[in-house]
Amino acid sequence: MTAISDQQQLSYIAAQAADARVNVEIESEGMTLNLGPQHPATHGTLRIVAKLDGEQVIKADPVMGYMHRGYEKLTEVRTYPQVTTLINRIDWLGSFANEVPFILAAEKLMEVEAPPRAQWIRTILFEMSRIANVVLFLGDMAVQVGAVTPVFFAFRDREHILNQMEAVTGGRFHPNFDRIGGLKDDLPAGWIDETHQVMKKMRRFCDEMENLVMGNEIFQARSRGIGVIPADVGLSYGLSGANIRASGVDYDLRRDNPCGMVHDQTDWKVWTHPDGDSFARFWVRLQEVRESTSIVDQLLRTMPSGPIMAKVPRIIKVPAGEAYVETENPLGAMGYYIVSKGDLVPFRVKIRSASFSNVSITPWLLQGVYVPDIITILGSLYFILGDIDR
Amino acid sequence: MSSADTTEEEAVPATDEAREQLLASITADLGEGVVGSHIRPGDDLWVRVDRDAWLDTARLLRTKLGFHYFSFISAIDWMPSPYGRSMDSRVDLVLEGVEAEEPQPIEQGVAGGDTRFQVFARVNNVVTNMGVTIKVDLPDDDLRVTTWVPVYPGANWHERECWEMFGIEFTGHPGLRHIYLPGAFEGNPMRKDYPLLARHVRPWPGIVDVEAMPGDDEVKS
Amino acid sequence: MMILSELAYWESTSLRVVGGLAAVLLMAGTLVYIHLFKLVSFMQSRLGPMETGPYGSLQLLAEVGKFLQKEDIFPRKADRFVFAAAPFVILMSTFLLVVVVPGGPDAWFIDSDLGIYLAMAVSSVSVIGILMAGWGSANKYSLMGGLRATGQLIAYELPLILAVVGVVIQAGTMNMQGIVLAQADGSIFGWSGIGNPFLLTQAVGFFVFMIAMQAELTQSPFDMPVAESELVTGYMTEYSGMRFLMFFIGEFATAGVFSAIAAVLFLGGWYVPGIDSASNAFNVIGPLVMLGKVVFLSFLVFWFRFTFPRFREDQLQKLAWKFLIPIALVNIVATGILKVAF
Repeated sequence: MTAISDQQQLSYIAAQAADARVNVEIESEGMTLNLGPQHPATHGTLRIVAKLDGEQVIKADPVMGYMHRGYEKLTEVRTYPQVTTLINRIDWLGSFANEVPFILAAEKLMEVEAPPRAQWIRTILFEMSRIANVVLFLGDMAVQVGAVTPVFFAFRDREHILNQMEAVTGGRFHPNFDRIGGLKDDLPAGWIDETHQVMKKMRRFCDEMENLVMGNEIFQARSRGIGVIPADVGLSYGLSGANIRASGVDYDLRRDNPCGMVHDQTDWKVWTHPDGDSFARFWVRLQEVRESTSIVDQLLRTMPSGPIMAKVPRIIKVPAGEAYVETENPLGAMGYYIVSKGDLVPFRVKIRSASFSNVSITPWLLQGVYVPDIITILGSLYFILGDIDR
Repeated sequence: MSSADTTEEEAVPATDEAREQLLASITADLGEGVVGSHIRPGDDLWVRVDRDAWLDTARLLRTKLGFHYFSFISAIDWMPSPYGRSMDSRVDLVLEGVEAEEPQPIEQGVAGGDTRFQVFARVNNVVTNMGVTIKVDLPDDDLRVTTWVPVYPGANWHERECWEMFGIEFTGHPGLRHIYLPGAFEGNPMRKDYPLLARHVRPWPGIVDVEAMPGDDEVKS
Repeated sequence: MMILSELAYWESTSLRVVGGLAAVLLMAGTLVYIHLFKLVSFMQSRLGPMETGPYGSLQLLAEVGKFLQKEDIFPRKADRFVFAAAPFVILMSTFLLVVVVPGGPDAWFIDSDLGIYLAMAVSSVSVIGILMAGWGSANKYSLMGGLRATGQLIAYELPLILAVVGVVIQAGTMNMQGIVLAQADGSIFGWSGIGNPFLLTQAVGFFVFMIAMQAELTQSPFDMPVAESELVTGYMTEYSGMRFLMFFIGEFATAGVFSAIAAVLFLGGWYVPGIDSASNAFNVIGPLVMLGKVVFLSFLVFWFRFTFPRFREDQLQKLAWKFLIPIALVNIVATGILKVAF
């Protein structure tokens, strides 16, 4: 793997030392603290059972399933177009991005390709749902470390994105707009200019967050060196997205595995950070929002004209086969493994959701940290319960 | 993204070769362990391994071939559902008429298979951007396979999910317990013979409420 | 205070009780409305309450009515007496604090020569209340909040007192009225245009005092004990209805009282430059001036509260012991040397 920086190595050793120390010093009974399922820091109903010595965590075990909806089973009794309605609800902050890999996998099996204009709009909406999602993270992370104001700015500015999404798709949160072979509709009139304006606002929001949160010394003191994930450990736990890029792994599916989307038509940069701590994860996400706004701007300028729907049969039967498509969703790599038997319904859909893998590192990561740092780490890993529980 | 542009266009014919090479190196190392494989040129690689070679495959992929990035582990129940497809769409009912109740033969998918249950996992190489799907057949009377946790710690939760959803035991797993379902839950919901009760207890109101279109009777008769 | 001294004991006492209640409740109400409802809302790009009364000015009454109607819940395993008594202890420390603050030349509750040290002493009573609340709730979060609060309040008591010492050295008295008059009648190196507000000569002391005060009030960035995103408001978690309201009043009234003490110590209390400090006019404008200064200083408190993230417990202790206390000590030494020199 890529070389681990000295700082990473040192903090890893420090974490291991803390771990060992905890194991030796434990003589008292300790206290078991239930964080959740109803807890303001867990974005829903994740429960973390933490065994504490004072305020130090000896052992932490996440318990989930309070929101398990059994999507993998439900997809087996729904036709392909019906499935997108369900999977919209997986990561509910960036819903459109959930549809894309499923549609792409189905398109791969059917061997159809969306026309260029559809691909362009798809990519734009994909990036906009990323912005809508991550903007909220930027505000929420500040709340987790105790600053209450930034999240209001995040909600305020996310509204602009949601308005644009609504203008195109008719849905603010659950667009259900992507179709096998293209999109449901074309863009409304005047949308492109408005979106340019919104992207400007988003960049301003990023500057604001940089000044208000990232530049704050208390925020840095709270997040730097907290929850360090070495690149190798992160990869073997299946961490993806900004979490792994913050550990210095230069891996972005938008660039490395482009499939059905047109990120390669634009000029952008994959940001990585060598530290792998909570601050790095915040930093990487902030830069990614900026990159996303630039991608959207570029795509809006270069959008081709033409149809938005390829020729697909009215009743969609997907030929037998298996396909796996993974895309770089707001929370990380999200993939759908579709097994089809040439039917109206998928035979089996394995949903690989990003947060499930991202959170699976917490038992390792939370050992030896203090209670306030649990919150920082969970906040910086950025999971959404729908994405863990599916 | 000029650099990615060029590599991508050159890569499409070349990756095929790369995947063949990858398959060759897996076969060379595992020998008899590899029982089936499939390559979709420029896209994907499936390798079906013997149950005894399952852990060795993981070790080989992680240590020698640079597949550091663990994506997921899950399973497939290849038996067609004995309850039909429990579809709720009107389209399906009209097209298919009465659904067949007699058991259908088991058909396995890509890279073949011999048994009802198949565990499959996916790992990625973040340097060459290649992914590989590893499959393993499990005999019906002995649903056990070695755990991947020592190699990929991230497999822990995926194996727990797979265990509770399919009833597949991962030997050597550090804590095989329920992850999503309540602790006292019985049954393995993702098996095809586990009925989706919502579809049987109460029919989908969408079907019930649909009035017959004028002329529907004529079509049926 | 001629009148007060001529009254019978029970008459003056009831006047003091009424005055104290008015001072605490009105101050808490004013601060909640101006700062929590309106100012913070504007900072967070929202309007705050707008429907109840003009600009939502009656929202406060609605809130109090709501809290009074709520059920007074006791957790089953709570230590009932301790749990029930804790809000009273906290509110008591607020009432005890308010009595030392002068609102004008003749508007005071007690005119003690101990003055500021009495204030410092009774302010720590609230620690007991918080610890009682944390322990009595039979809740792990509350217990952690209570313990954190205790550690924090004790750590920040010290810089708070040390910052005051500089003022006391310069004023030459611990009497609150005396400190006001020392600032009103003083001069900075012979120039007495604006008197000698200790804000200028004790700038370091003011700085330390405000930070320590922020911590004493457990406001962000020092709100580890309540920390709603991790401890779910800590020692207040299990409280509801009337008792929660008491915590709430205590929180804001204490913020006001501490601001008032800071105003007396560093901004010249009820005095404004330009009017002779012996003038009778201060009996009228004094309380208003005082209120203005309190609102300004508590504005600083709430501004910081809604801007900064919170410290971690160890960072917070580090700030107190490694930074504030040495600075305050150096300040005392420097003040003492300068006092002797001039």
